[in-house]
Amino acid sequence: MLLVLVGLWVGQNVNMLPVAASSNAPLYDQLFTVLFVIGTILFLGILGLLLYSLIRFRRKEGDLGDGVAVEGNLQLEIFWTAVPAVVVLFVGIYSYDIYDRMGGMIPLSDPHAMHGGMAMESAATGPSDSMPPGMVMAANVPSAVEGAEVRTWGGIGGSPGSSSGALPVDVTALQFAFLFHYPEGDFISGELHVKAGQQVELRMEARDVIHAFWVPEFRLKQDVIPGQPTILTFTPTRAGSYPIVCAELCGPYHGGMRSTVVVHEPDAFDAWLDQNRPATVASAASGLSATG
Amino acid sequence: MTTLSPSTDSLPAVAGDAAPVLEEGHGDYRMFGLATFLLADGMTFAGFFAAYLTFRAVNPLPAGAIYELELILPTINTALLVLSSFTFHRAASELKQERMGRCRWWLLVTASLGFAFLGGQMVEYFSLPFGLTDNLYASTFYALTGFHGLHVCLGALMIMIVWWQARQPGRFTPSEHFGLAAAELYWHFVDVIWLILFGILYLL
Amino acid sequence: MTLALPPTASSAPPSLQPEGWLRYLSFSLDHKVIGLQYLVTGFIFYFIGGALAGMIRIELVSPMSDFLQRDTYNEVLTLHGTVMIFLWIVPVVNGAFGNYLIPFYVGARDMAFPRLNAVAFWLIPPAGILLIASYFIAGASQSGWTAYPPLSLTTPAAGQVVWILSVLLLGGSSIFGGINFIATVLKMRRPGLKMMQLPMYCWAMLGTSFLVVLATPVLAGTLVLLSFDILAHTGFFNPALGGNAVVYQHLFWFYSHPAVYIMVLPAFGLVSEILPVHARKPLFGYTTMVYSILGIVFLGLIVWAHHMFTSATPPWMRLFFTIATAFIAVPTGIKFFNWLATLWGGKIALNSAMLFSCAFIVHFVFGGITGVALAQVPFDIHVHDTYFVVAHFHYIVYGGTVFVVFASLYHWYPKFTGRMLNEDMGRLHFTLTFIGFNLCFAPQHWLGLNGMPRRVAEYDPQFTLVNQISSVGALLMAISTLPLLINVIWSAFRGPMAGDNPWNALTPEWLTSSPPPVENWKGPAPLVTHPYGYGVPEGQIDLKGASGKELWTSGS
Ligand code: HEA
Ligand code: HEA
Ligand code: CUA
Ligand SMILES: [Cu+2]
Repeated sequence: MLLVLVGLWVGQNVNMLPVAASSNAPLYDQLFTVLFVIGTILFLGILGLLLYSLIRFRRKEGDLGDGVAVEGNLQLEIFWTAVPAVVVLFVGIYSYDIYDRMGGMIPLSDPHAMHGGMAMESAATGPSDSMPPGMVMAANVPSAVEGAEVRTWGGIGGSPGSSSGALPVDVTALQFAFLFHYPEGDFISGELHVKAGQQVELRMEARDVIHAFWVPEFRLKQDVIPGQPTILTFTPTRAGSYPIVCAELCGPYHGGMRSTVVVHEPDAFDAWLDQNRPATVASAASGLSATG
Repeated sequence: MTTLSPSTDSLPAVAGDAAPVLEEGHGDYRMFGLATFLLADGMTFAGFFAAYLTFRAVNPLPAGAIYELELILPTINTALLVLSSFTFHRAASELKQERMGRCRWWLLVTASLGFAFLGGQMVEYFSLPFGLTDNLYASTFYALTGFHGLHVCLGALMIMIVWWQARQPGRFTPSEHFGLAAAELYWHFVDVIWLILFGILYLL
Repeated sequence: MTLALPPTASSAPPSLQPEGWLRYLSFSLDHKVIGLQYLVTGFIFYFIGGALAGMIRIELVSPMSDFLQRDTYNEVLTLHGTVMIFLWIVPVVNGAFGNYLIPFYVGARDMAFPRLNAVAFWLIPPAGILLIASYFIAGASQSGWTAYPPLSLTTPAAGQVVWILSVLLLGGSSIFGGINFIATVLKMRRPGLKMMQLPMYCWAMLGTSFLVVLATPVLAGTLVLLSFDILAHTGFFNPALGGNAVVYQHLFWFYSHPAVYIMVLPAFGLVSEILPVHARKPLFGYTTMVYSILGIVFLGLIVWAHHMFTSATPPWMRLFFTIATAFIAVPTGIKFFNWLATLWGGKIALNSAMLFSCAFIVHFVFGGITGVALAQVPFDIHVHDTYFVVAHFHYIVYGGTVFVVFASLYHWYPKFTGRMLNEDMGRLHFTLTFIGFNLCFAPQHWLGLNGMPRRVAEYDPQFTLVNQISSVGALLMAISTLPLLINVIWSAFRGPMAGDNPWNALTPEWLTSSPPPVENWKGPAPLVTHPYGYGVPEGQIDLKGASGKELWTSGS
């Protein structure tokens, strides 16, 4: 019981995480607390048991006898099979729930694309005149996807455009930088600027090798894999600047591949957006020369 | 493969198949070892198959890429290989009846079928409209069939060695013929792998 | 007597092999010689890997990339990971102790295939030398021990190819070893010895060897494909050529997750041998221990994708792998509670072997709990590829397996050499290692949670202090190897004689002279049906009412 109390206290009072700045960060922190409490209880319990045994059952100087010959105890063994099983099941279900609330369980892309490859058979046939018909097989490997419809491979938050009202940003990761392209305004920025409270939909693609987009304060990470467009949606909640870190080894300058995400208050964001529209930038430049 | 196990010839006759562990004894575990090795080898293929099936499920053929397989030659090849499993079995049963001449003849037939298979595969390779690096499926096709072909090649060579060894009288006896038995197990294994390969590469 | 040898040879076996210390440098077929060859080679590579770790930690003292070039840093960390896993842990817990102990435990005079055994060992030095040499000749691989494409396709090819070659050789060695262990345990048991009477280490090695045989070939095949991509410009894993980079990850982890159990199951087995001896009690729950090993082997094969939660895997896959992974805690937990119950009510000798074993329990439970946390997708999404993961696995591989290697060294050294190690030096070694280890890796959890990614030579200056603490810990660990080395070398010549059975143990390796004769026993092999038959019957010792109920109410 004491153990449980200590565990709960530790979970409540030891804060090991950076500030929470997105809508799923509090969910994450909730999960973290639960895991931390359970972990602390288990660890301290086992540690205590071990230390107690080591002290209590130390061999006395000169005592050459043996301990008791207990070879097992079925009830006990069942008990300590069941307890971890229950704990693990609980944790699993709980974290599933959290993940669902973070949007992680929304099916990616359209179901058609998952099996589309198998269904589509190439109609191209080879030089069939030299062989009896039917013996030449165009290998029915998934053929080139005809349309422009791009498949989304992974991420959090579903297929493109699934969340209406979200701010779309195209992210390109390359050695060694992130580029953020804003379709609304058609310009490219080296920093990510978003509006507090508005959902953001990152459509990510990599040019060369695998990178990973990570914002510790958002508790979000997504690999950006060449050839596999990926979606990441989230809602920032707290204004401020936070680091964007590349978390997947991508070459010598992997450690330097960082950027910043700036979460603006709503009107500040609109101002920023206006400022950066190519048209505005041009006029701002001329304005600058006029005043300066 | 057999070369990994201690040489065949030096085993005292008592420690043959039938001799289990005596108090000081050491039975013959080479077949067991070979079977374990084939399990490992099979996992290599399993990895390749899994990769191929995953590619198929998720990676479309790039636009304009050519990947066509014809079916006649591979079907004939399959038949040859299946047949060779039976001929090898025949060779082994001739040995059990101590008809060494026939045993060797059937071994030769088996090896020839193996080489015929390899020849057929060569013909197929040269007549295909795509090369190793043309596209993902082409590469996978060559990797899978090539790796299997390597096995057939090794197996056929092994059979030739066994065939050569069988010339010595008394080298293989009905009760003691590890070299031949090992080659046979290996050959059947290669055959089964081919059937799976044929199924997923050509028929699926 | 090894009947796989020609009969002429078996009539005069020793004369064919060099004797004295020279035999340790020869193609010896004696399982004990091979075991020690593995052990010494492994320790040499441990020092090399440790020196590399030292370079990592020196670089990370400051947030800038100053001590090492950025690409050199990546080479160093790749070599560190590869050396530590493939040339230190795997050869030592499998090869060294497996070869030395398994034939004793099954009551045999050698392994099933002595020649294959020697081949397996002699693949290791050339592979290791090749790997290290690549650093000096062409520049080592820079893509981490995971060698994810497309990065591994774009970094300098020479180093990457040498890396592949060397890992293939080591994988081959490991497979040959696995085949040998399976055959020895299943087929070479002394007549009258049943499976359920074997010491636990045999079961652990059996399970491990199955993992080796089932998983390692997949890695081999994958690396061959990767080398095609590099050398022949095929596009299996190269998205630019229409390939799929994530398939590589699946195949890689299909091996490399089981590999982590290949690194830890034998250690579990070794602990199961050490604890009963020094606690003077039978191993608690033999049967459940066996089943939990089998359970870990099975589950271990179906959880690989927990390394890929952020790799654009579909949701159902993440869900499945979360649950499967977390369930490994159940069989593993059984083992830990059984060990605690083994200690409970014993007469524990707190010597170096015991101290290291108990520290193993502490560290592994800690690392296991962070592991179960990592298995939860939402949790992992934040900390994947950060120092939290680095901390997790060092707690397990170092705090777990390496501690067990040290414990085993203290436990079996008298058998290997016939002399005792110095106990005070041993405790000094333990204290330094224990403090150094925790100082080095505990703070890394915090680093990961707060935003420090792994595999970086430069980092956000806010993390400087914690990294420096961690580096001090690494320094302590480096210093702690001194008492170990001095102890091992000095005791080999000057240590007090151990006698045949200094610990009064019951397992068969102690029922012969130390060091044992060439064919293990002078007379017939003993039949040991109760390897853990310690202890006086219940009731003769008053446990002051320490009932099972109390045991667990104080536990959770
Ligand atoms: C010997 C090596 C070893 C072992 C045994 C383990 C054991 C476990 N590991 Fe670990 N792991 C590694 C070595 C190891 N790991 C390495 C090297 C990496 C990084 C690879 C890389 O990327 O370079 C890694 C990475 C890694 C990841 C990926 C992290 C990431 O990259 O994002 C995950 C995620 O699930 C994970 C989980 C686990 C789990 C659940 C266990 C479980 O087996 C642990 C089970 C044990 C216990 C839980 C403790 C005892 C149990 C009890 C006392 C019962 C009660 C407990 C509960 C109810 C919780 N590990
Ligand atoms: C069994 C495996 C094992 C072991 C034992 C260790 C042991 C250690 N490891 Fe390592 N480690 C890995 C496996 C292991 N590691 C793996 C798999 C990775 C991932 C690689 C990757 O990302 O690809 C990794 C990565 C890794 C990192 C992260 C690097 C990064 O991501 O940027 C760090 C950083 O602190 C680290 C530190 C250490 C330290 C300080 C030790 C210490 O415990 C070492 C202690 C030992 C010594 C200090 C030896 C003392 C001897 C000497 C000093 C002799 C000197 C000799 C001469 C100079 C000739 N390791
Ligand atoms: Cu980009 Cu690391
Ligand atoms: Cu794993």
